Amino acid sequence: MSKKLALIASKGTLDWAYPPFILASTAAALDYEVQIFFTFYGLTLLKKELDARISPLGNPAMPMPVPMPNLVQMLPGMEGMATMMMKQKMKDKGVASLEELRSLCLEAGVKLIACQMTVDLFDFKKEDFIEDIEFGGAATFFEFAGEADVSLFI
Amino acid sequence: MEFDKEVDARGLNCPLPILRVKKALADMTGGQVLKTVATDSGSVKDFQAFCRQTGHELLESSEANGEYTYFMKKKA
Repeated sequence: MSKKLALIASKGTLDWAYPPFILASTAAALDYEVQIFFTFYGLTLLKKELDARISPLGNPAMPMPVPMPNLVQMLPGMEGMATMMMKQKMKDKGVASLEELRSLCLEAGVKLIACQMTVDLFDFKKEDFIEDIEFGGAATFFEFAGEADVSLFI
Repeated sequence: MEFDKEVDARGLNCPLPILRVKKALADMTGGQVLKTVATDSGSVKDFQAFCRQTGHELLESSEANGEYTYFMKKKA
């Protein structure tokens, strides 16, 4: 029987969006059965239009080309610029885009589950999300996670 | 070394080389040899780990001018 990986993806920023998709796709390549439970801000990673962004604000460990005080980081447009720069850097280094990793996960049979409670909380609509996902609650997660070899909260 | 299929994973970073290899292996039969060329230096350890976990045999791995070449034999 194949090993199982259960992930919870709770964050929707560009940097935090990577670990679940990288781990899930790799585990699937290693013949794991994989489920990712998307909750709270992680839900946005299931939207048809991915718009994950990154902010240097409140993220003092983020490597910056030049040192930048918080007062500058909060200026309008800074988040968009940081996101653009990070995406360009990823492209230059051959890092896959989130869209690519997400479709690789789906291709490999990774099961993506949207937390129904958070969908209701944020008034998201089913049609906002990509197809091929399921909706469920905490008990749904445990049905799989209870038998998983690896479980991570991200 | 002779091989049956080749994957060009140059310029790709983790986890893409492994994912491309997995995909290529799916179309091959047991005993066939897959050649992979990558530039990701992390792929050295990852290819070893991939083979140990999946049972495919890493016949050879070498490095020249920043390019890593792997020959992998699909498990029967």
